[in-house]
Order: sequence, then structure tokens, then C-alpha cells
Amino acid sequence: MTDFFDSPANKSSLHTGMEARERLRARYRAEWMFKALGLGAIGVSVGFLLFLFTTIFMQGWPAFTHNFVALPLELNAQTLGDEGVISEESLSGADYDAIVRTAIREQFPEVSGRTAKRTLSGLISPGAPVLLREALLADPERRNAPNAITLPLSDFADLYLKGQISRSTYRTGEGELAIEVSETGVLISGADLAAGLESSGADGKISLSREMPSLLLYAGGGVFKLETLEGNLATARILSPLDAGETTKALDWQVRLIEVPEANRKFSDREIVWTDKLVERQLVQAKFNTLFFTRGASREPEMAGILGAVVGTALTLVVTLGLSFPLGVAAAVYLEEFAPRNRLTALVEVNINNLAAVPSIVFGLLGLAVFLTFFGMPRSAPLVGGMVLALMTLPTIIIASRAALRAVPPSIREAALGIGASKMQVVVHHVLPLAMPGILTGTIIGMAQALGETAPLLMIGMVAFVVDIPGGFTDPATVLPVQIFMWADFPEPAFQQRTSAAIMVLLAFLVVMNALAVVLRKQFERRW
Amino acid sequence: MLDQIKLETTNPGATSTALLPGTMTPANPKITARNVSVFYEQKQALFDVDLDVMPNEVLSLIGPSGCGKSSLLRCFNRMNDTIDVCRVTGNITLDGQDIYDRSIDVVELRARVGMVFQKPNPFPKSIFENVAYGPRIHGMTKDRDELEELVVSSLKRAGLFDEVADRLQDSGTSLSGGQQQRLCIARAIATRPEILLMDEPASALDPIATSIIEELIDELRQNYAIVIVTHSMQQAARVSQKTAFFHMGKLIEKGETEQIFTNPVDAKTQDYITGRIG
Repeated sequence: MTDFFDSPANKSSLHTGMEARERLRARYRAEWMFKALGLGAIGVSVGFLLFLFTTIFMQGWPAFTHNFVALPLELNAQTLGDEGVISEESLSGADYDAIVRTAIREQFPEVSGRTAKRTLSGLISPGAPVLLREALLADPERRNAPNAITLPLSDFADLYLKGQISRSTYRTGEGELAIEVSETGVLISGADLAAGLESSGADGKISLSREMPSLLLYAGGGVFKLETLEGNLATARILSPLDAGETTKALDWQVRLIEVPEANRKFSDREIVWTDKLVERQLVQAKFNTLFFTRGASREPEMAGILGAVVGTALTLVVTLGLSFPLGVAAAVYLEEFAPRNRLTALVEVNINNLAAVPSIVFGLLGLAVFLTFFGMPRSAPLVGGMVLALMTLPTIIIASRAALRAVPPSIREAALGIGASKMQVVVHHVLPLAMPGILTGTIIGMAQALGETAPLLMIGMVAFVVDIPGGFTDPATVLPVQIFMWADFPEPAFQQRTSAAIMVLLAFLVVMNALAVVLRKQFERRW
Repeated sequence: MLDQIKLETTNPGATSTALLPGTMTPANPKITARNVSVFYEQKQALFDVDLDVMPNEVLSLIGPSGCGKSSLLRCFNRMNDTIDVCRVTGNITLDGQDIYDRSIDVVELRARVGMVFQKPNPFPKSIFENVAYGPRIHGMTKDRDELEELVVSSLKRAGLFDEVADRLQDSGTSLSGGQQQRLCIARAIATRPEILLMDEPASALDPIATSIIEELIDELRQNYAIVIVTHSMQQAARVSQKTAFFHMGKLIEKGETEQIFTNPVDAKTQDYITGRIG
């Protein structure tokens, strides 16, 4: 048996020979693979994140603007006053519904029939009278400038103007059209009608049902919806009357194809024509959607805002922070600095670690059983929500704080103890301040978790439909994620937009909180 | 002075050695340790040590790593209390009072027995705050002026003031290693202790910083009793008047530094100071 180090293979060729080169290459290959895998993982997650953010932004962005209409409202002693005298009382009791209704109907005097009139009034948001009343009560002088008061359009009118109801294509016709309006309907004839409509005319009579894309004819100042087609003859329904007379010959005409069939959309051809007219008369303006940020929940998407949820979230988080931060830090300091190492503290430690892994809905059930049922605390209240979330956040804060405390170098403790500082002084003067950045990071992570939590709050009734902005810790309230959850459930497409917009607001909150954490951490680190 | 020095040798594991009869002791020892043993859980790190620390003297504890000299040092200000598994038996007195007695407040004890650690460990605070911390927690000064005076004189005593006079508000951690260690000494003496314990105070420093510290120790001897743990025999020879040699947790030999280094009684001491063990 020769000594390993004396064997001839272990001479200079050991680290320079072919085999060694091959080994080295394999090592570099492995390293390259490892790096590529890591880069790939980052790439995939960034890709998903970008995709998610883009879809949310694309969908949510339109919700930040809304189309408002400035109607010439009749705001005078007759409509607002009580027997001709305008007082605060009369302002608060006036029939704003009628004022708004009258104003929109005056724009379209030709509209007759109760259904049609109701549809027309529906262009304006049902919340408009409420807003009008609020505006006048806040500043009665505004009645002198009625045109400056803008009222929100209904959600579908708004969506239509944002181009989200349907695509339309226009075709300009040639040749002369004869239009005859009679009791039974409108008869349209013209040599080039079939060509203009791109219909062959050979198929005989075509009926355009509600399940088919709509064809609108713009001629002689009127708008007609085509119902049947037969060669160069067509029958139609009036959506907007001719400028003059019952019969006219038009040289300029246009056909508009609305791709989505009327049956498949919540915004009829008539409403489209009316809305176009309002735009034509320059009464409509797209503005930043302040309603979204200043109002609480509502069944009307255009009137629904996130302020209620934001205030509810703020109140809830204040309770959560107020409970979990002092409790968590105190628990961590005791366990880390003062507690004797025995079976009991080991048990407590294991339980805290397990608590961090308990599903949040369980905390919700606990809140329901203990806080609501046993202690009889109010339902849907930020106080209870905050307490439940505090239970959920506590383990996170305790674990992070303990790690931060443990990371404080023992030399600092020794230094302070060596001078004669008491245990308490060591902790308060030296260890806690040094651990504070880590503790704050853990707290912010816990608070961010709490901010995004929905399940436990559902259990304690924070899913209620709360119209009023909560004014205190015991008022019924909801929170942002629950609001998002509720809006996501509503069928109206305008609510889908608001869902995305609310998610953007929630994300903004998270970014602000994280930025705050970074700033706070820097602050503490600089002091030391 | 020779006749004032109590010279004893003990055998390892020997029982308490009383003062040799006839030995003059005009100055009472600041600290007396009798039968001191230290245990970490079941493992005994120090075996029945008897040792005296005299005022205005530097006592150096030498010996190879793990010989228990730091454990003994940490008994003198009860720093071992902070280690859960550590147990100390025997009797240690400070000015005749048992420091492990129930009536002794450990906070007060540590104010009287200052300590400087192996690695410079200034607080991550300003230089001023580092030195002011001790007087502040013990409420030693009446007002800000007095505190400032105390800080300045402590820094001067530690030989650091001239270097940091214009930047007392800078962080203590921004200083160089040697300056940091002198800051720690200033911090330790600011509480006006009676005894200064130093656990290898120069082991992390370069030779120049080391020599500054050594000069400082020599000056500080005028006011304090100093116990210093060191790995450097030259350092022990330079700064101390008394030396105690430890091996495997046992006090092998103690005596005047000159005698230990020139004419050791025990063969192990001989081996250690000549570099054959350690």
C-alpha cells in the first residue's frame, strides 16, 4: 500500500490533464445551467406579473374617467321653491327627479310613449338627482349657472361612449333615396340602396331581427333602423325623425352597421342615437371620475365608489396595528430576552409557529364565535375586523421580531451589561432599537397580509352592502378586498371595470405601505 | 515593594490556600477568589481556583485557549449569570463582601467592576453617547455640564480625546479598531469602577494600537485594580505586576510576573512560557 500522495497519478497532470479539463468544463456547465434556471424562473414570474398588471390596468383604466352631461336644467323658483320662495328647506325637498327628467326630455321632444320616455330618462344615472340635490344644498348659488352642473350618464351610456358596447362601421351611400314616412312605418327606396347596403338583392326579402347586427340609415337629418330589405326597397323604424316633412329625397346618406346585435347588448339602437345626439350638441364631457373616490357602495356602477371601503380598511388596519404591534413585540421580547428556556416556552413557541400557518378563515370563525356571539360585539364593525386580523397578524410579527432580536449581536448586550445596565435597560436602550428595522419589516409584511385579507372578514359580516362612509370603529363597514370581491360578483360590465380599478387602488396602497416601511427602516438605521 | 506581595503557589485541585503565615498584607486585596469552580452544564471549566487581586496592580491571566481564564474573569463581575447553562461555585469577595450573595445587586456590582471585551464593541451611537451611557443609567451626574465634563475626562484618561475632540457626535463604530477599543475603555472607566476587567483587549488590534492600549493600562493602574486576560506573554510581561498561569481549567502557578517569566516553579509554566505547549 503506497501513500496516496506519493502515487504517480498525483503529479502535475492532476490539475492540468485532459480529465481535469473535462471536470472543469462540467463544473462550468453546471454553473451555467444553474444560472440559466434562476434567470428563467425570474423571467417567468416577471412575465406573469406583467401579464396580470396589464390586464388589470387595461380593464380598470376606463373606470377612472366617466362621461358627464351638462343639461340646461330648469333651476328656478318654480322648480326649487316652495310656492315661489327658495329656502334651504325647499331646496332639500324639491323634486330633482322631475327636474332631471324634464331636462333630458326637452332635448328630445319627439320622443313619445311611456316606455320610450323612461328609456330616455335612463340615459342619465339614477344617482343624478341625488348629486344635483347635494350640489345645490352645498352651494345654492349654483342654480344660477345650471349649465355648469354636470350629471353622470348611466353606466351603459358611458360604456358606449368609451367604445365598449359595440364596434360600428360606416358606409357612405351613393345615389338618391326616397324616404316616405307613413302610419305603418317608413318605406325607403333608391336605385343604389342594395349596392349601398352591400346586399345582392337576389335572396328575396330579408328580415333583420334583433338577433342580427343592426343597420342604421342616416339620411335627411333622421335616423332609421332597417327592418326588411328587398332589393332596392327597405322598410324601417324611426329612431330620430327627419328634419322636415314626412317624405324627402336624400342624396347624402350613410349606413351604419353596429356589429353586436341589439338583443345581445343592454344599450338599444335608440339609446345609441340619443347619446350620439347629446354628443353632437356638445353636452357630454368626459371627466376624471371623482365619484369613484368620494362615494360608498351603490347598486349603480356610476355611483359606486371606494371611499367607504378605503375608510373601512383604514379603520380596520388602525385596530389591527394598534393591537398586534405592541402585543407582538412585547411577546417577542419576553420570549427572546426574558423567558426561561423550558418546556412551557418551547410549547408556546411551537404554537406560535403553527398559528402562522392556520388558514385565515379559521380566525374568521373564531371571531364570529368569540367576538360576535360570545361577547356580542357589533357585526360588520372595523373594530371586530381589526381584532380578527390582529390575531392573524400576531404570529407573523412575533416570528419576525424574534428573528430581528436574535440578530442583534451579543457583543452589544455584553457591552451594556458590562457597564451595569439592567436587563430591561439593555433591551430598551440597545436591543430593541437595533432590532427595530427588522421588527418594522415584519410588521409591514403582516399589515400587508391583513390589508389583502378577505375570508375572515366575510365571517364577521364585513361583506355587508354599506352605502354610508363609516364614521367610527363600530359603524358597519367593508374593506377594499371585500369590496373587490363583491364588485367582481356583479354582472354589469361597468362593475367589472370598477373591480379592476379598485384592485389598482389596493395595489397602490400596498406600494405606499412598502415605501413607508423602507423609509421608516432607513430612518431607524441612520439614527444608529 | 517585594515584601508586600503575597506569593503563593498551589497545586492543581488543591484545597483552599490560606494566606501564608507571616506574610505581610498592608493592602487588602480588592478581590479574593476561593475555591472557585465554573461549570457549563456538566462540564467543569474551572477547578477550585484561589486568587487575589490587589489594588493598583495589574494581574494578568495567561494560559492556552480553553484553560478557563476568561471564565474566571467573567466571574468577577458575574457576567456568567447571563449564560443559562453556566454555574459558579466557591466564594468571591469584593472588598470582603461576597459578590454572589443575595444582597448584592448585580447592576451595582458591574458598575464597580468595569469590563472591556476582546472585540471592541462600541454601541452604534455617537462617541459622546457611548461614554455617557454608563453615568446616565447610574444617574451619576446632576446636569448636562457635569456629564460632558465626565465624558471628556474619561476620553482623556483613555487617551482618545485628542483624536475625537471635534467629532464627538460621530458614530462610535466609525472609529478604527484601536480607537474603538480605547472608546470601550473610556466607556468602562466613565462609571468610575474600582476594578477593570480586560478580556484580551488587544487581540484584535495591530501592534501600534496594542502598544497604545498597553501604555494606557499602565497609567490606569494608578487608580484601578486591573485584571487582564491575554494570549500574548510579552504583553503580560510588559503590563502586569502579577501573573497567573492556567492550564486545563486549573490554576497552575501564580506570582510576580518577573518571577513567573524568569523562574517558574511549575514545569508546565516553564513549557508554556517557552512555547512548548499552548
